[in-house]
Amino acid sequence: MNVPQKVLWLFGGVVGLLVVASAIGAWLAARASTPAKRETIANLNARTRAWWGMVAVLAAAFVLGDVATLALFAIASFFALREFVSLTPTRAGDYRPLVLAFYVAIPAQYAMIHYGQYGMFAILIPVYAFLLLPSLAALAGDTQDFLARSAKVQWALMVCVYCISHAPALLLLEIPGFEGPNALLVLYLLLVVQLSDVLQYVFGKLFGRTKLAPLVSPSKTVEGLLGGGLAATAIGGSLWWITPFTWWQSLGMSAAIVAMGFLGGLTLSAVKRSLGAKDWGVMIEGHGGMLDRLDSVCFAAPVFFHLTRRFFT
Amino acid sequence: MRPSSYLLVGVARLLVGAYPRWIGCGPDSAQRIYFANHTSHIDTIALWAALPPRLRDTTRPVAARDYWGAGARRYIATKTLNAVLIDRKREDRGADPLEPLADALAGGASLILFPEGTRGAEPVPGPFKGGLFHLASRFPRVELIPVHLENLQRSLPKGALIPVPMSCTVRFGAPLHVEGGEPKHEFLSRARRAVVELSGVSE
Repeated sequence: MNVPQKVLWLFGGVVGLLVVASAIGAWLAARASTPAKRETIANLNARTRAWWGMVAVLAAAFVLGDVATLALFAIASFFALREFVSLTPTRAGDYRPLVLAFYVAIPAQYAMIHYGQYGMFAILIPVYAFLLLPSLAALAGDTQDFLARSAKVQWALMVCVYCISHAPALLLLEIPGFEGPNALLVLYLLLVVQLSDVLQYVFGKLFGRTKLAPLVSPSKTVEGLLGGGLAATAIGGSLWWITPFTWWQSLGMSAAIVAMGFLGGLTLSAVKRSLGAKDWGVMIEGHGGMLDRLDSVCFAAPVFFHLTRRFFT
Repeated sequence: MRPSSYLLVGVARLLVGAYPRWIGCGPDSAQRIYFANHTSHIDTIALWAALPPRLRDTTRPVAARDYWGAGARRYIATKTLNAVLIDRKREDRGADPLEPLADALAGGASLILFPEGTRGAEPVPGPFKGGLFHLASRFPRVELIPVHLENLQRSLPKGALIPVPMSCTVRFGAPLHVEGGEPKHEFLSRARRAVVELSGVSE
């Protein structure tokens, strides 16, 4: 199979899934008898509609090329950081670090990918931002909650910019014997992570009995995690033909993506709840905010990137 | 609306969200005075951007001439926001500073007003000045809508130039009117309490 055929099959498969999901959603909506059921189905259908939109945006970025893909993820980082900072109780002394985070760190981080500067890409936020942002806050002279405030701004940058940027950073890798384009790897990552989320939700709704971490994330169940996680790993394994991996390597990669995605969803849910919120925002109807949709990508992307970089380049 | 208005609303949405929450009233076209807490220079634009487009055409922010009266700010204020400029300094002692506002109300426009008169640094507003009471008494049919703007003092603190992107919520409360014979200070503290209640902060 050549590259355009692979892409057609991939997007064809996703569109097929969405058609099936929309049809099931319409059927369920017609059958829902109680107000509680109707509300659940309405949320399910809002989620499906939002997925149509997100897949359309992703497909457009893929067709337009690497710069468009980078721009898309930079915009996602911007909105994710905006949500994170909105929920974080910053003080006037955090103004300069925040201006630097939004207007310098985001463009610089994505520019490093565009210009192929892997070294600077890897240390810009963990080293330079980590040292400079609290310095600016210290210069502002406000010591109240200083360590907590610095940690929050750094966490916001790590999660929303550094972690998310590892998804498009896959474009940087030169993988011997892979006819590419690397954008296929970005799609592979997103597909496995998001399918894992969706399937965990579906398995949880159908078979969920045992709550996994009721205080952190009330909707997560053991049955959902096992069923959805295994199904997503299997689907990921069967997608080896768009990757440089063999089928069993692809199975292993998918398992890592699913595991990290789960931990990302759980950990960021704990962060969100410690900030006193149920959703990160209201941007994506049915899903919540940008970070509600990208929380699992945040944790899966850096690990998938480094596994691929370590073993395949 | 002018093209520059759409640009301004777009930038405001991108930087500060300006998500409206119609809690005590709906976005209808009754003549109104929206009065809000004032913590930053983007308050005016954020509140205006939170209104639906058809209401923006008939709703005029009240802006201080000493800040909005010159240069690029004057362009934004007069050409884009269709603001009513008022003199805070009152160089001409004989003139009534509320006259331009009364003219705008008599012309059928709705107004956006910050009754504290200046920017504060707290999430809840300081004491209100009397202008709101005088206008409300002269135009008893105009609905007075309390509005609370959240997060904007964090986005653009006093003295800062570039706004930090932030999701700001604009909460609209239930309409107030001056009760028959209600003293000025009682009405003003009632109006202020309506804004504080929207903020969710208990005093």
